Amino acid sequence: MTKRIALTGNEAMALVMKQINPDVVAAYPITPQTEIVQIFSQFVADGEIDTEFVTVESEHSAMSAVIGASAAGARAMTATSANGLALMWEVVYIAASCRLPIVMAVVNRALSGPINIHCDHSDAMGMRDSGWIQLFGENAQEAYDNALMAVRIAEHKDVMLPVAVNMDGFIISHAVENIEIVANEDVRDFVGEYNPERYLLDVQNPITVGPVDLQDFYFEHKRQQVEAMKKAKNVIQKIADEFVNLTGRKYSFFEEYYLDDAEIALVAMGSAAGTAKAAIDELREQGIKVGLLKLRVFRPFPAEEIVRALSHIKVVGVMDRAESFNTMGGPLFSDMRSAMYDGEANVRMINIIYGLGGRDITVTDIKNIIQKVKDVNNTGKIENLVIHYGVRE
Amino acid sequence: MATPAKKPGWRDIPIGGRIEEAGNAHKYHVGGWRIRRPVWVKENCIHCLFCWVFCPDSAVEVHDGKMHGFDYNHCKGCGICAQECPAKDKAIEMRPEDVENKFDN
Amino acid sequence: MATLKELSTRAGKFSGGHRLCPGCGAGIIVRQVLAAAKNPVVVACATGCLEVSSTIYPYTAWNTSFIHNAFENAAATISGVEAAYRSLKRRKKFGLEDQEFDFIAFGGDGGTYDIGFQSLSGAMERGHKILYICYDNGAYMNTGIQRSSATPMGANTTTSPAGKKIPGKTQFKKELTDVMAAHYIPYVAQAAPSNWKDLTRKVEKALSIDGPSFINVLSVCPRGWRTPEEKGLEITRTAIDTCFWPLFEVENGTDYTINYKPKNKRPIEEWLKPQGRFKHLFKPENKHLIEKIQKHIDNRWEMLLRRAGEID
Repeated sequence: MTKRIALTGNEAMALVMKQINPDVVAAYPITPQTEIVQIFSQFVADGEIDTEFVTVESEHSAMSAVIGASAAGARAMTATSANGLALMWEVVYIAASCRLPIVMAVVNRALSGPINIHCDHSDAMGMRDSGWIQLFGENAQEAYDNALMAVRIAEHKDVMLPVAVNMDGFIISHAVENIEIVANEDVRDFVGEYNPERYLLDVQNPITVGPVDLQDFYFEHKRQQVEAMKKAKNVIQKIADEFVNLTGRKYSFFEEYYLDDAEIALVAMGSAAGTAKAAIDELREQGIKVGLLKLRVFRPFPAEEIVRALSHIKVVGVMDRAESFNTMGGPLFSDMRSAMYDGEANVRMINIIYGLGGRDITVTDIKNIIQKVKDVNNTGKIENLVIHYGVRE
Repeated sequence: MATPAKKPGWRDIPIGGRIEEAGNAHKYHVGGWRIRRPVWVKENCIHCLFCWVFCPDSAVEVHDGKMHGFDYNHCKGCGICAQECPAKDKAIEMRPEDVENKFDN
Repeated sequence: MATLKELSTRAGKFSGGHRLCPGCGAGIIVRQVLAAAKNPVVVACATGCLEVSSTIYPYTAWNTSFIHNAFENAAATISGVEAAYRSLKRRKKFGLEDQEFDFIAFGGDGGTYDIGFQSLSGAMERGHKILYICYDNGAYMNTGIQRSSATPMGANTTTSPAGKKIPGKTQFKKELTDVMAAHYIPYVAQAAPSNWKDLTRKVEKALSIDGPSFINVLSVCPRGWRTPEEKGLEITRTAIDTCFWPLFEVENGTDYTINYKPKNKRPIEEWLKPQGRFKHLFKPENKHLIEKIQKHIDNRWEMLLRRAGEID
């Protein structure tokens, strides 16, 4: 049984956290995630849930406390944005290396400095090598759905890795959408109980978590993390298949939008994918064969599947909402080029860096971007490999 | 020492760096660090257990509230036990270590 | 209050085979603290000497549940464990409804006074039922004796070296026990392993309270203090008898009790003299520093006596 209600992304995230009913939530407010913490606090204050809610004094302590809680045997969640995530950095790695299935909502916001509260993906990109699974959603519905699936993915015995559920700050977090909510009992059945193999509160079998791991074993533990990431791909697909049975909403590593017969395409993550769809709809009416690959699973990076989906495309514009300052384009572009090289796909690519610090990206902008991709296709020449779209000269 | 000859591969060890056998450092012998050896002079011992409560290395063996000697596999020879022994005639003496025979077993 | 015989029956939660230096105070403190705990224990430990020496993979000296997270977050970590316990107990998971635990965090002075202070303060303010033990050896010993805010005035450390111009650390140590008392939490105390009876009684008391508690424990470091390995507890006693390290407890922020009043308060030189880290203070040109330290100690002791209602 499902129902449709109008919610902001933050409201949807707080609601799904309530439905998941984790044992422990530890979180600290930060714009634009703050509402999640506030709404969740209200649920606890009103006795709607009995989750142990730890009002920590910083994001570093938020992640530290959920690590403690998760290691103790609890299902634990948190939420943050931007500088809060950056403050967590150190322990974000520790959560993954201890193989703790924590789920964290990341309401994407530009990292300082200068300080800015609006959307880009620089916060998420900072944690991309931390060993977390990273899911991106196009809208509040996807943020809600991803959070539900994240719990299952994280706790799967083949995975046991933390999962970050990303949604664009303000654009998704503060915009009201009609979304379809899964009934409480269905959520309960879907996420099930968390039953860890070993945990700190097991009196009969005490364990040591987080020891010093030197030259003779550290590398083996990192290799295990790689294996878990590889196996996560199957698990992510399997959970998505279960989810479609529950909701009718179909998910995979990415969504293909008019890719079948496309000559040129965009690759994007987050809310810009929705804008791109609107632009593509218009251009398709004009007969322009353009498509979109909307990436949902950024870590693990589904390289082979992406190559298969794009190998027939002539020119791809990869859209990055973050810089990596390597002078070779954004982080998504690096992964895309690496995947295509290994896949021996004869696809030309350019990189469009857009929307930093919340700079608006409209349907017209996307059409302009597609024009640039089209120009490369027409001329066969790449004049600018990396375009910082929308920056004033 | 107690380090296994062939170390296990990444598939063979618990995930996440977890150590699943509590207190297994007991198998790791640090007695080799010792340059002075505490020797228990049983007849002087008043079983006050000060040596036990002040030992940093859990190397004083106590059974049923009585001193039973030293665990030389874990004693590092700091000498606190002998220093703190309150018996009129000291029940613990520090002697130069016998390099040939540092361990219990 | 437990006798040594009783305490010895609760031994074994911290095994030998750890790699703390010979004569290290931390090993003594951990053994006494754990022997005083009656329930199964979950320990969280800050990065530092104790942690790196006691859990070198694949070995652990902890015959209890143990978690190390990072340097500055032992308090936040144990607060997460305790929150998990409360939640799982309420939800009747894993048979925890009838199971009691003692949640204990250990941190050195670096992980407690300095980098971990925010996490400690936050966890204490939130009211978790946890005991935080600081083993204060007065410097970052693990990284090679760098000064911390717990380093006593005049101490020679590798980042407050006694040089031609500057005679060691120029600041007084932070009095963290007082700072923790200002949190108005149920129980705060200062203790030392030389006085095992006092320390174990304080641990028992702390663990019996339904709320947060903090005990600051003076911990000898033969390397950093430049003292003979076997002399650690003897020197610790001089810290107490000179009132450099008074033994006291504070309940609910205001109720001060002095647990030990030296019959003859000994001059501060007796604490300073046996330690190589203070050697330079005994040069004629640094005499004024010893006087300054003595005055500071006297003032603080008087303040404590006043707070405890021992003097007007």
